[in-house]
Amino acid sequence: MEPFKKVKSIITPLDQVNVDTDQIVPKQFLKLVHKSGFGKFLFYNWRYDKNENIKSDFVLNDSKYDNSKILVTGDNFGCGSSREHAVWALLDYGFSVIIAPSFADIFFSNCFKNGFLPISLDQKIVEKLQQELDIIEVDLETQTIKTSSEEISFKIDPYKKKILLEGLDDIAQTLQFEDKISKFERESKVPSVL
Amino acid sequence: MGKTLFEKIWESHVVVEKQNGPSLIYIDRHLVHEVTSPQAFDGLRMNKRKVRRPDLTIATMDHNVPTNDRSLPILDQTSAVQIQTLEKNCKDFGIKLFDINSPNQGIVHVIGPQLGITLPGTTIVCGDSHTSTHGAFGALALGIGTSEVEHVLTSQTLWLEKPKPFEIRVEGKRKNPHAVTAKDIVLSIIKNIGTGGGIGTVIEYRGQGIADLSMEQRMTICNMSVEAGARAGLIEPDEKTFDYLRGRQYTPKNYESLVDYWKEHLKTDSDAKFERQFTLNINNIAPQVSWGTNPGMTCDVTESIPSPDEFSKGDPNQKKGAEKALEYMDLEPGTPIIDIKIDRVFIGSCTNARLEDLIEASKVIKKQKISTNVKAMVVPGSQMVKKEAEELGLDKIFINANFEWREAGCSMCLGMNPDILSPGERCASTSNRNFEGRQGTGGRTHLVSPVMAAAAAIKGHFVDVRELDLS
Repeated sequence: MEPFKKVKSIITPLDQVNVDTDQIVPKQFLKLVHKSGFGKFLFYNWRYDKNENIKSDFVLNDSKYDNSKILVTGDNFGCGSSREHAVWALLDYGFSVIIAPSFADIFFSNCFKNGFLPISLDQKIVEKLQQELDIIEVDLETQTIKTSSEEISFKIDPYKKKILLEGLDDIAQTLQFEDKISKFERESKVPSVL
Repeated sequence: MGKTLFEKIWESHVVVEKQNGPSLIYIDRHLVHEVTSPQAFDGLRMNKRKVRRPDLTIATMDHNVPTNDRSLPILDQTSAVQIQTLEKNCKDFGIKLFDINSPNQGIVHVIGPQLGITLPGTTIVCGDSHTSTHGAFGALALGIGTSEVEHVLTSQTLWLEKPKPFEIRVEGKRKNPHAVTAKDIVLSIIKNIGTGGGIGTVIEYRGQGIADLSMEQRMTICNMSVEAGARAGLIEPDEKTFDYLRGRQYTPKNYESLVDYWKEHLKTDSDAKFERQFTLNINNIAPQVSWGTNPGMTCDVTESIPSPDEFSKGDPNQKKGAEKALEYMDLEPGTPIIDIKIDRVFIGSCTNARLEDLIEASKVIKKQKISTNVKAMVVPGSQMVKKEAEELGLDKIFINANFEWREAGCSMCLGMNPDILSPGERCASTSNRNFEGRQGTGGRTHLVSPVMAAAAAIKGHFVDVRELDLS
């Protein structure tokens, strides 16, 4: 995984609550067996009509957001299906930070496995950020967001922060505890399936 | 101070505990399916890693599989590739697979309990959000993403933040338990606490209303915990739980001694503290019908479509969500639910495709035919459910009423196989999600119980099944 660097970009406002992962990547695109190339399917049914024409009223189709790396959205983002394809699609499309008042649990944990930073902030701050037209800076190291007018701090679990900043392989970290896993297995009462 | 059942299971599975941040939790059972696993196996290959415990890992194919004639080739090439990929991965890594021709094939959350793989007090994961279903057995069962699937395959552990225990008490007694079902109870809960109401929690369902439910009904409740945003749902195991699992194909040989242990240990202490509580009284609840594009947008069958103002109770974001939902669903506020005409009926999914669901739905039919304007299908949750239903003659009841009787799989719950709605079609569905496009691009889903779905198929519109003879 690439180490997470400072992100400077304008924000894309997606002013909706309860955005589910079926909207982020519709099911017809889950049949692929690789992780790459999901960006073109991001919000597919909101970006394109049934004849695959671009829907001009959807925010991602506004060219001023073409190079935006920061999505700012509503409560309970990423609810529903556990599909990690949702995170792969957001990343592949070009986003590297998502800001919302709250995230669904599985989506939230999927983000960190892919070097993608979800930031949860108070509803009022998120609403204000959605209005921000200038470039903002997200600095994970200092846990701050700098806008043209203010500096906002955010919380993150120290282990998750380290994984992102150093681009660590989560599994390699875990395998350092091999002795503890083996000890647990020797003492476990749970029978095998087979 | 006492502990909750969740805390006891959690503590007995901690491998590494840190002062701050996540704990490393041991996973007792890992269920694998074709959609969320290929990239995980690729990751193992790239890093030259093995599956640590193939003996704790079971795979099946359910999301993509066609539900028509299984002797025919799979026409969708990308689906076929995904299914073949799972076959190859299971072979290469030594994992037991119930493939498309296995009598044990079915929706992963239906077969786990049916085979006795799901056990009380265990930790169970699967790359599927509805893994919460297994919580009905007093297991801590979590849906995970593909990276976590890879992590469990290779380490049999997961880093997890400890969720907070959330008590939901279901009190009272339903007057007509054939008409007002477990599905109506869980939809009522979600309607009340909201789709984000359970974020960061494990819900433990308690109270008389839960104790009265069968195991299959409890599975319906726990299944939809994730639709309330919860990490998992859980029910304390009792004699019904132990009876259900006794003598199944993979029930452990030392089962009775395990039961003795579970009886003693798998209980929430009377002085245990929950972080949150909610109580639902079910004495007077009505059958539920969802009208919007998330499961919280639900009302009684006797009600009318609410206006966005009524629904949002002053929250502008919820109001906007309701307006968008009504536009997508092509519904007007004030329309009585029973006046909504439907085009399709789907009885299936890990929520409501077990034997009891099919038995209850079949009672509505009484030699009637489905409405000429409706296309309806029954997709049993597993090949075992299908066989048991056929032994009871349920297939004939449904087929004679002009329902299609299919092979097992996830089918139109998420429409990854050819079973999908056409744009604009309106469906009464026993599944779990009414998200935009979930059952097919432009399709409109109303979540209901199996009885409500079967009755809607016959009448061509929603009906209050409390008015029907369901003997």
